[in-house]
Amino acid sequence: MVNLRINNRELAVAEGSTILEAARTNNIKIPTLCHYPDLGIQSDCRICVVEIEGQKGLATSCSTIVRDGMVVKTNSPRVLNARKTITELILANHDANCTACPKNLSCELQSLANKLGIDENRFQSVLTLSPLDEGNPALIRNPNRCIKCGRCVDVCKNIQGVGVLELMGRSHHLKIVPAFDHCLSDLFCTYCGQCAAVCPVGAITEKDDTDIVWRALNHHDKHVIVQVAPAIRVSLAEEANMNPGTVCTGKIVTALKLLGFDQVFDTDFTADLTIIEEGNELIHRLTSGGVLPMMTSCCPGWINFAEQHYPEILPHISSCKSPQQMFGALAKTYYAEKMGLEPANVFVVSIMPCTAKKYEAGRKEMRANEDLPDVDVVLTTRELGKMLRQMGIDFANLAETPFDDPFGITTGAAAIFGASGGVMEAALRTVYEVVNGEPLTNLDFTDVRGLDGVKETVVKLAEKPYRFAVANNLKNARLMAEAVKAGTSPYAFIEVMCCPGGCIGGGGQPYGTITKTRLDRIKATYQVDAAMPIRKSHENPAIAKLYQEYLDRPLGEQSHNLLHTHYHARRGKPNN
Amino acid sequence: MIEMRLVSKRCGIINPLSIDDYQKADGYETFRKALARDKIKLIEEIEKSALRGRGGAGFPVHLKIMGLAKETGPVKYVICNADEGEPGNFKDRYLMENDPHAIIEGMLITAYMASATKGFIYIRGEYNHAYNTLEWAIAEARRLKLLGDAILDTEFSFDIELRSGGGSYVCGEEFALIESIEGKPGRTRVKPPFPTQKGLYGLPTLINNVETFATIPLIIKMGGKAYARIGTKSSTGTKLISLSGNVNEKGVFEIPFGVTIRQVIEELGHGVANGRKLKMVQLGGACGPIIPEYMLDMMIDFERFEEFESKTGAGAIIVIDDRFDIFDILMNVVGFFEHESCGKCTPCREGHQQLRIILQKFIDKTAGVKDLVSLESLARVMHQTSLCGLGQTSPTAIISTLRYFRDDYIDRMDSLIL
Repeated sequence: MVNLRINNRELAVAEGSTILEAARTNNIKIPTLCHYPDLGIQSDCRICVVEIEGQKGLATSCSTIVRDGMVVKTNSPRVLNARKTITELILANHDANCTACPKNLSCELQSLANKLGIDENRFQSVLTLSPLDEGNPALIRNPNRCIKCGRCVDVCKNIQGVGVLELMGRSHHLKIVPAFDHCLSDLFCTYCGQCAAVCPVGAITEKDDTDIVWRALNHHDKHVIVQVAPAIRVSLAEEANMNPGTVCTGKIVTALKLLGFDQVFDTDFTADLTIIEEGNELIHRLTSGGVLPMMTSCCPGWINFAEQHYPEILPHISSCKSPQQMFGALAKTYYAEKMGLEPANVFVVSIMPCTAKKYEAGRKEMRANEDLPDVDVVLTTRELGKMLRQMGIDFANLAETPFDDPFGITTGAAAIFGASGGVMEAALRTVYEVVNGEPLTNLDFTDVRGLDGVKETVVKLAEKPYRFAVANNLKNARLMAEAVKAGTSPYAFIEVMCCPGGCIGGGGQPYGTITKTRLDRIKATYQVDAAMPIRKSHENPAIAKLYQEYLDRPLGEQSHNLLHTHYHARRGKPNN
Repeated sequence: MIEMRLVSKRCGIINPLSIDDYQKADGYETFRKALARDKIKLIEEIEKSALRGRGGAGFPVHLKIMGLAKETGPVKYVICNADEGEPGNFKDRYLMENDPHAIIEGMLITAYMASATKGFIYIRGEYNHAYNTLEWAIAEARRLKLLGDAILDTEFSFDIELRSGGGSYVCGEEFALIESIEGKPGRTRVKPPFPTQKGLYGLPTLINNVETFATIPLIIKMGGKAYARIGTKSSTGTKLISLSGNVNEKGVFEIPFGVTIRQVIEELGHGVANGRKLKMVQLGGACGPIIPEYMLDMMIDFERFEEFESKTGAGAIIVIDDRFDIFDILMNVVGFFEHESCGKCTPCREGHQQLRIILQKFIDKTAGVKDLVSLESLARVMHQTSLCGLGQTSPTAIISTLRYFRDDYIDRMDSLIL
C-alpha cells in the first residue's frame, strides 16, 4: 500500500494506482474527458490535472502513479482555472449547437462544461466547418464535433485491431480521420460502431433512421412489424436509466406496441432456426469432407471484416444468413403469405445492438423478392430509446406482454446469442444431441462463456473429440483468420463476434458500456436462458412446425433460397 | 578573455573528416582507456562532475546513465539528439560539423558505461552538412574497429545508425523523436514510463544532447572532480553559447558557467550592431524568456535560469535592438509554435491560435483588460498543463514580457474597452 494525502485526507491505496484511481476509490471526484475505463491512457485532454506539492506544473491524474507521501490537491484555484480554460479552448473549436446534436444530454463535454460552471467562453470561436462523412449506411462522422480525444482511434486500432481511424495533421489542423482522409466507406471499415460507442461527443454516431420508422408507422397501407434481437432485452432498460443487466423482454413488447407496431416478434425465433441450419451445415461438413473449420456468420461486422481482409477464408464461413436476415426473408415470404399480405406492404424493422446490421440489411443478397429488402430499417438500441423518449413512454413502469405468433416460441439457446460464446453453446447443445443421439447431461458450456479473447472447448461427436473455439472481438478474429488462412487452425467450428463481449457490447448499445456493464448484461443473458422452459433449438416446436408447413427440411431447397447466402471479396467501397 | 574552449577545443583546428587528425589530438584515447575501467567507476566520474544535460532541461546526466545501466535485457539504446530545431541555437551543428568524432566517442563511452548495444543519431532534417560529416566519421570509426562488433577486439559491441528528421520541431522532444525513429508521426508519449525504462521500440533508451555526449570524453579524461571545479556550484563545466541577433560578432562561443549575459554580448559579441540600443534579449531560443537590458548582469547558470520556469539551458542568446516592438517578436514566436505543435494535447493544440488572436488585439489596439487577463491566464495554463516541453515552454516569451515589459502591453490597450 502507498500512503498519500489528497485534499487533506490521508489515504492508503494499492501500489501502482494512478492518482485518478486512488481518488475514485475514495469517492473523490476528478473530472475527465479523454479517459475511458476500458481503453489505454491517452492523457491528451489534460482535464484531469491536479496539483502535486513540490511539483511545478500540474500533473494529469490519469497517468501519474501515486508515491508514498504525495500531497495532492484536486480542486485548488489553479487546478479549477486550468480545467475551465482547457474546456473553453475545446468549446471554442467545437460545433456546440447542443440542441441539434444526438448526444444532447448524454454528451460528456456538455456535462463537463456544466460541472465546471462555464457560462461564457473567453475565447473566440475558431471552428471552420468541414463536410460530414455520411456516405455509408451505418455511421456518420461529424468532424465539427470532434474533440480529438483519440478514444475512437484507440478502440479501432488496439481493441478491434482494424485501424481505420488515425490522427492526421498537426497543431489545430489535427483531425481524426479514416486513413488519408478518405470516407469510411472507402476503407476497410467493418461498421462495428465501437468508435461511436466510445465517442464522448456526437462526432461519430449511428445513422439515425427513426424518421423512416415513424413515417412507416403512420402510413396506413403498411403492415409494420418489428423484430427484437436477443441482446436488446438485457440492455434497453439502460436507456430508461435502469441498471445494466435488467431483463425487460415483456416491457419491450409493450413499448413497441405503444409505438404502433402491428406485430412484435422475437429474433430469438430465427436464432433457433439459425442453429438448426448452421448445426446441420456443420454436421454435413464434418461428415462429407467439407471445408473446415467452419466459422459463424451471424455477425455482420465479422462478415465485413472477412470479406475485406480475409477473402481467402470465405469458404469457411457458414452460408447461413444471420438471424436478422432469416427473419426478414421469412417475413416477406412465409409470413406475408400466411397473413395474406403483399410483401411490398410488409415493413420490417429490426431492433439491433449493432450498427453493422444497418449495412447488412442493405445488401443485395438479402432480398427474397427482387428490389425489396427483407429488412427495411435497422434501429440500434439507442435509437429505440430515443423513440421511447419521443413518445413519452414511461418504460420502467410498463406492463409485460408476450411476443406475437407465429414466431413466438423461442428457447434458451437463442437467448444466449447475444453473449460472446452463445452461438457456439447453442450450436453444441443441438449438434451434440443430433449426432450422438443422446441427451446432454449438462447444457452449460461454461468454457466458452465470458470476456476472454479466445475461448475453447472440446466435445466428442460420434466418439471423436473435436475442438471448438470462440473469438471475442475482431483482434482475436484476426488471429483465428490467420490460422485458418495458413491451414493450421485445429478447430472444427469457430464462433466470431466482432464486438467485445458479443452483441451485448455492440456498437449500437446504450452509451457508457464498460467491462462491468458487459458482465452485467452477460449475467442477465444466462439468467434468461436458465429460466426458459426449452433450452435447445431443436426442441422448439414452432421451428418444427415451420419446417413442416413451409421449409420442408434443413438445408433443403426452400432453406437454400431463403436462409442461406454467399460472400465475396471486397476491397474498400461496398459494391452493392 | 572569458572564453574557455574545452569541448570545442578541436573545432576549427583539426580536419573534421580525418579520424587521424582526431586521434593525433588525443581522440579515442579516453575511450580506449575506459574500456579497461570499471563501468560503475566511470559513471561515478560523471556523477562527481555534476554534468547536467546540455539540451535545455539540464537533467543530471549520471542519473540517466545509471538508469539505463540498471535495466537488464539484451538490447539497450543510446540516442544522440541532434534535432537542433530551437530557433537561435546552432551550437550542436557547430560540434557535428567540426568535431564529429568527439560525439561518437562520447556515445561509445556512454554505451560502454550503460552496456548499451545500439546507437542512433537523430539529425535535424535541414542539417545536410552535419549529416554528411557524421556519416563519414561513422564509416571511418567502423574502419578502425571503433564501432561494430567486438570493438578493438574486446567483448564490447556497439554501432551507430544515422537518422534524418523530416523538419518537425517537436521531434527534438525525446518521445516524439523516438516515435519518429520508429517511423511514426512525431507526437510525444505519456510519461511514465520514461525512455530509460521503455523507450525506442519499447526498450530501455538513453537520450542525450550532442553537446552532452561531446563533453563526456572530456570529463572521463580530466576526472569528474576537476571538471566540477569549472563553472559555478549549481552549474559545473563549460557551455557552448549560440549568440545571434543584432550583435557585431555572431557565432558559437564556449564559456564557463557563471559568466554574465552582458559579458557574452559585449566581450564576445562586441556589442549591439550599428551602434543601436539593446531593447531585449531572448534566452534559450524561441521557447525562452525575453528579458530587458537591466537584467543582463545575470549569470549564465541553471539555478539562475530556473526562475523563468523554462528550458533555457541550451545556451542561446538572441539580441534584439530598439528597432523592434515586443509584439513583432511575440507574434513570430507564437506563429512558430502554432505551426510546430503536434496537436496531441488540448492546451497546446488549441492554445496557440487563441494566444495569437489575443495578441493581434494588442497589435490592433483593440485589447481590453479582459484580454490582458485572458492572455496571462491562458499562457500560464498552457505552461502548467501541456503534455510535453513544447507547450510547456512556448508561452515563456509571453509570460516573461508580461512581467518585464508590462507597459508595452498597457500602451497597446484601448482604455475604453473592458
